[in-house]
Parts: sequence; structure tokens; C-alpha cells
Amino acid sequence: MANAFFANWRQNIIYIGFVAVFLVFAVTLADKGFLNPNNLLNIVRQTAMIAVMAIAMTFVLSAGEIDLSVGAVAGLSTVTVAMAIAAGGPIVGVGAGIATGLAVGMFNGWLTTRIGIPSFLTTLAMMGIAKGVAMWISATAAVPILSPGYSWLFGGGNLGPVPVLLFWMAVLGGIGHIALRRSGFGRRVLATGGGETAAHYSGIDTKAIKFKVLVISSLAAALAGMLYAGRLQSGRFQLGEGDELSVIAAAVLGGTSLFGGKGTVIGTIVGALMIGLINNGLILMGLEFSQQLIARGGIIILAVALSQKRS
Amino acid sequence: MTASATAVRMTGISKAFGGVRALDGVSFEVLPGEVHALLGGNGAGKSTILKVLNGVHRPDQGAIEVAGVPLTTHTPEASRAAGIAMNYQEMSLIPTLTVAQNIFLTRECRDGKGFIDDREAERRAADIFAMLDVFVDPKAVVGDLGAGQKQLTEIAKAISQDAKVLVLDEPSTALAVSDVERLFIFLRKLKAKGVAIIYVSHRMDEIARIADRATILRDGRHVITAPLSELPIDTMIEHIVGRRSKGLSDVERGEAVKGEVLLELANVSGLQKPENISLTLHRGEILGLAGLLGSGRSSLARVIAGIEPVVKGEIRIKGRVVSIRRPGDAIAAGVALVPEARATQGIIPAHSVASNMVLAVIDRLSTVGLVDAKAANDLTDAQIERLRVKTAGRDHAVSTLSGGNQQKVVIGKWLATNPDILILDEPTAGIDIGSKSEIIRLVRELAAAGKGIIMISSELSELLTACDRILVMSEGRVHQDLVREALEDPSVPADDLAHRLQAAEQRLQIEIQKALAVQEVSNG
Repeated sequence: MANAFFANWRQNIIYIGFVAVFLVFAVTLADKGFLNPNNLLNIVRQTAMIAVMAIAMTFVLSAGEIDLSVGAVAGLSTVTVAMAIAAGGPIVGVGAGIATGLAVGMFNGWLTTRIGIPSFLTTLAMMGIAKGVAMWISATAAVPILSPGYSWLFGGGNLGPVPVLLFWMAVLGGIGHIALRRSGFGRRVLATGGGETAAHYSGIDTKAIKFKVLVISSLAAALAGMLYAGRLQSGRFQLGEGDELSVIAAAVLGGTSLFGGKGTVIGTIVGALMIGLINNGLILMGLEFSQQLIARGGIIILAVALSQKRS
Repeated sequence: MTASATAVRMTGISKAFGGVRALDGVSFEVLPGEVHALLGGNGAGKSTILKVLNGVHRPDQGAIEVAGVPLTTHTPEASRAAGIAMNYQEMSLIPTLTVAQNIFLTRECRDGKGFIDDREAERRAADIFAMLDVFVDPKAVVGDLGAGQKQLTEIAKAISQDAKVLVLDEPSTALAVSDVERLFIFLRKLKAKGVAIIYVSHRMDEIARIADRATILRDGRHVITAPLSELPIDTMIEHIVGRRSKGLSDVERGEAVKGEVLLELANVSGLQKPENISLTLHRGEILGLAGLLGSGRSSLARVIAGIEPVVKGEIRIKGRVVSIRRPGDAIAAGVALVPEARATQGIIPAHSVASNMVLAVIDRLSTVGLVDAKAANDLTDAQIERLRVKTAGRDHAVSTLSGGNQQKVVIGKWLATNPDILILDEPTAGIDIGSKSEIIRLVRELAAAGKGIIMISSELSELLTACDRILVMSEGRVHQDLVREALEDPSVPADDLAHRLQAAEQRLQIEIQKALAVQEVSNG
């Protein structure tokens, strides 16, 4: 078992890398409070939204598509949720968030599968549209959320010492993992991305699969927006900005193929945690933001390069 | 025969793609418990009618009944629900999934809680392979498998569906002789259980051994359906070949003037194929390579063109030993390959005729890194005129041209490198008959102008029209070296060109089947 794990070390580089980076930080940053439970839980808090979106992105990439609009959709959802809570209370707010995700996802899916625009372009355009709508309806101002219950459940609260965000991440990760590995839907997603013609000949409705993964991705982005809004008790269009790159990086670091047909939800979550871990460690090291960006980019390139199969 | 006794009844099926009629009112009937061979040359409509049956294509006209029940929805799902299972030529496998996952794709084994149970699928896949008496690892990822193992996986996928109608499209191309034998034993068992089996193959010896009846298609039309006992191999070939050579037969075959030796291969072997090839090609000569898919014709072309490595042996060009390790070496030595897959390997469809034509000689046309536009345009115009390319202009995208004219662009692109040796791999695939004879006329002109040409084609009538000499290949080896005249049938009047070509085609077909038989004896 252990031998098989190391024989396929390239495939499992994310787990080895995660442990290695953790150990290095644990030793070098011990005196700066890296191992302090509060710091470790903070990493989870900062990673949860990326992880939620990255779980869905694993399905999108596995089906051979991509979704660049997730960050902007998260931002839009913070605004619609905050405005709906102000108008009708937390339940209306949650409904507004889900509706935002559904609407954007169905539009992305429709353009991609019916009109035939590649998802790269559909979601690139949607990135701008979602951000524009969020700026417009909020007049670029932050919208406060005055519902403690909402804020507790969606991102701000703790159960004992454990942040509620950890539960969101764990539950969705568990569902995502089982759905991809053990459900008929997950198998069809992997088949569609692995060989679209072959999947079609085998009786799989590949367009329906692509439509569904894009809807799931937008729903996850809307949920991530709801978590941002709850944690920061407000909705603002800037929230989630640029997250799409971290989300895709988390999935690819975890071992999901950009070309479809191969994906792992557990790997994705570890990939997201790895990015959070690196960010946290670099801050504790006292690097400037500019240096953090460079170091983070370097570590991601190294990890992905090591995971590539040599031909 | 009552309706309920037929496993499949297809009546009056027509199907056109764009303007091309692939099927024209074809009727096809298969009984339960028979192996029914479906035969025909390339483009006869075999694949199309199978894809109609299987729901991939919707027929323009006609009706399908499966076990007496009309099939009205034309999707792969509907056909499968009606009890039809088909293996495609490696088309229905997902390379990133395992063998077991592929076999049970969309019919996954479930555990008690409704989750997919891959362990159970692996056990059941192993059972199927055990029943076939072959070994394939159910846990292996399909992308890592060789062609033979992939084919066995395809077959396992088709037979795992407990179908009433099993369609096997060229199941034996990549299989070892012993595996084909085991497949046949298994098919006989299925037959005894009342399963109807449709079997497509180019290997007449296999058909003769396994099939009960045969249906032959030609040019999208039904020719004959008869028991095998009434169809000796010669008769089958006659029906398959028919008179479709018409149109090619009026290509004039002038006497070739053979010049110096351009290319010599001495005991050349590639990685797997080709094996131990020796041949000579003279200036002004067209050498044809005949054989079935997988016989090593294309591999030989790629070895000469530097795309695949020479493992053993020696290549001499104009008497000098050359070392060809990369395509660039071959081009520098005066070899040009017009590749098999025109759309992906030959042209860049969205680019203009001019930009495609000059692609291989950009360096020659450039000064300090800038392409000399006038030189490029002059070259393009000269090629358009020389090859009679029909295009609205050199600036139009190649994708707007017909298949035949696209192929001329590819040929023009390689002629621009001024090669002595031109290799053409299936130059007429997917081209209408009129353009085909034009391409062949062009090839003969090029030879007359002093090129040495190697031509690969699966359409024997084309090889016979174009070539001065034909090598018959099988399993990577050359079995026969025939001068074109040796294939003439002296009993046919010399002025009946169409009939003469047809007779020659039958003789060549028989030589190819003989080469297969020789191979089997030496393997067995």
C-alpha cells in the first residue's frame, strides 16, 4: 500500500508536498506561532471559500470545460444576498443567493452547450457581466448585513473552537468526493472529459453533463459569496475578485487535469489548503505582499511541474 | 419468414451527408442465431448503415424494426434499449478510465447503497475475459493499453450487454490469430443462444469461416444477400468491386520512363512495423503499397519521412547512405510526405491557400526573418496553375475548398520543397470520384516530370490506375512485388478499359488475401 503510494509519487505529489511544506513551516516558524491552533484554524477560515468553489471546479475541469466567472459570481452573490436580507430577512437572502447562482450557471451552460461558445469565452464574458451587475446594483458601495443568525451560519460562527466554515468545507468535500468517485453522474462527467465522442457513442448526453457542471460551479460560487458575506457581515462587489485563479490552481495542484477526464475532490481540497498554508506561512515570515506573490507563484509552478508525467 | 422471426429488419434506408449520398434505399435483414457478414469496399456504406442501426445517425428515409418492434427514436440510448450492442473501432473507449469502468460505462455495478462498485465491475470484467479465454487487466487504464487489448476491451464492452443483436465492426484487425480463434468459439456459443451477430471484416478468409450469410453493399446500394455457400471468395470480391472503377478507367496510363535509382531501402525495420523492407524506387516510377489497415504501409511511409525511427537497415538516396532521424533530415534529402490525415496533418484549414502553400518553405522565402510577400504569392499562383487548384483566389481559406482541391494544396505545399521523392498516403480519401481521377492524373504527370513516387491507397482501383509496380504488404512485411502488367487479365479485351481494371482489381484483392493466409500459416 505504502509502496504503491510512493511508486505513483508524481500523482500524489500534492499530499507529499503538503506535508513537506507544513513541516518546514512548523520548524522554521515555530516561534512565530505557526502551530498555534488559532493560526491553523485561521488558515481554514481563509481557505474555505476557495475550497468550496474548487470542489465544483473539479467537476467542470473533469468534464473538459472551465469556469472563469466564479470569483465575480461570488462577488455578485454577496451583493444580492446582502440586499435581499435588508429587504426581506435572511431566508429571502439565502434564496436570492441560490437564485443568483442558478441564473448565472444556466446562462453559462446554455451559451456553452446550445449556442456553442467555448466555456472559456462564455465565462470570461460572464466574469465582466457579473462584476458589472454587482457594481451597478450596489452603486459600488458595501451593503451591511444585520442578521447575526445569518452571519453565524454562513461563515462567521464557531461551534466550540471549530469554525462553521470547516463544516461547510468538510460536508461539501464529502459530497463532492462521493459524487465524483461513486455516482453515475461523476462517472459520466469523467467520461465526457476523457473522450467526448466515445462518451456520446456510449449513450451519454454529453451536453447535459456540461450544462450541469457549469450550473453546479455557479451555485458553488454563489455559496462561496454567501460565506464571504456572512464572514464579513456585508456584501461588496470586490469580494472574491481574482479567486478564479486560486480556485483553478487548487484543483490542478490537487491532480485534476486541465484537459479533462481526470479529477479528485480530496486532492483539490488539499490543494486549496496548500495555497492557504503557503499564504499564511509567507505572511508569518514577514515577507512583503510583492514577495509573497512571487514566492507563491514559484511554489505552484514547482508543484505542478513535479506532478507532470514525463513522456 | 414472419416479422417476429427477424432480429433486425431495415427497409429502404437512405442517408446523405451534405450532398453526398452515403446510403440509397438499402434494405438489410438479420435473423436470430446467424452470423451475418456485412461486406463492401471503402465508402460502400457499411459504417453508415451500422451507425444508423446504432442510433448515431438518423436515417433520412426508411424504417428499422428490431425483433419486430419499430425503432422510432434514433439515439444510441434508444438502440441499446432495443437490444443492440456494437463495438466501434476503438471509438467508444474513454482513454482516462479503466478497462472495467469502460466496459460498464452507463451500466455501472452498484453496491447496496446505490454507489458505484468498481470492485464488482472488475470481477465481472475478469469473468467476461475468462469466458473469452483471453487476459486483459480490468484495472488497467485504457490509454496505456496496446491496440489488441483495446480491441478486446471493445468486444467485452459489446458482449457484456446481453444484447439480442451484436454488431462487430472489424473486430479482428488488431488481434493475434489465436485471439481471433477464441473470439470465433465464443461467437458460435452466442449464436447457439439465438443472438444475431453482424460481422464486418475485410478478411475474406475470416468471413468464410464464421459467417452464415452475407450482404454486400457498393456505393451506398444493396448488391446481394446470400448464404455463404453460394458466395465463393471470388464471387464475393466480384460483387464488392463491381464496376465502381468507372471514372478511373479513363485515366490514361502512358508508358513510364524509368530513370536512375532514387531511393533504396535495404532490410529496413521500424519500431514494430515495418519489418525487414528492401525496395528500390526509380526516377519516373510510381510504386504502390497495397494491404489492409495495419499492414505497415503508413509506418513504412513515416519511417522514410523521418517521423518514425529506423531501427535496423539502411536507406540510400541517389546511391548515398543517408541518416534520417527527423522529418527535417528527410526534407533536406529530398523526401516529402503528403500525410494520411489531410485535415489535421496536411492543412491548416482556417489559413489561406497562400499561407498553406508556402508553409514548408518559409525560410527559403524569407530575408532577415520577414517573408517576401511577392515571392510567396508568385509561388502560390504558380502552384495553383500547375496543379489546377480550383479556388476563388490565393487569399481564400483552404477550408472553403473541396476535398480534392485541399489535397492539391497539400501536394503543392510539398512540391514547393522541390523533392525528388514524393510519398502520398491515402491521397484520395474522402474525395469525390471526379477529383480522384484528377489527383491520379496529377500524380502520373509528376512522375513523368521526373519524380519518384510512393503511393498508399486502400482503394485498389486507384493503385492499379496510378502505379507501375505494387508491393503487397501484410503485418509489416512485403509479400509480393508485382509489376502492374502482371495483374492484367489477358482474356479481357484490351479496349474494354473498365472491365480490364475490374479484373486487375480482383487479382490484386486475391494477392492481398493470399498474403494474409501466408502470415497466418507462419504465425500458427
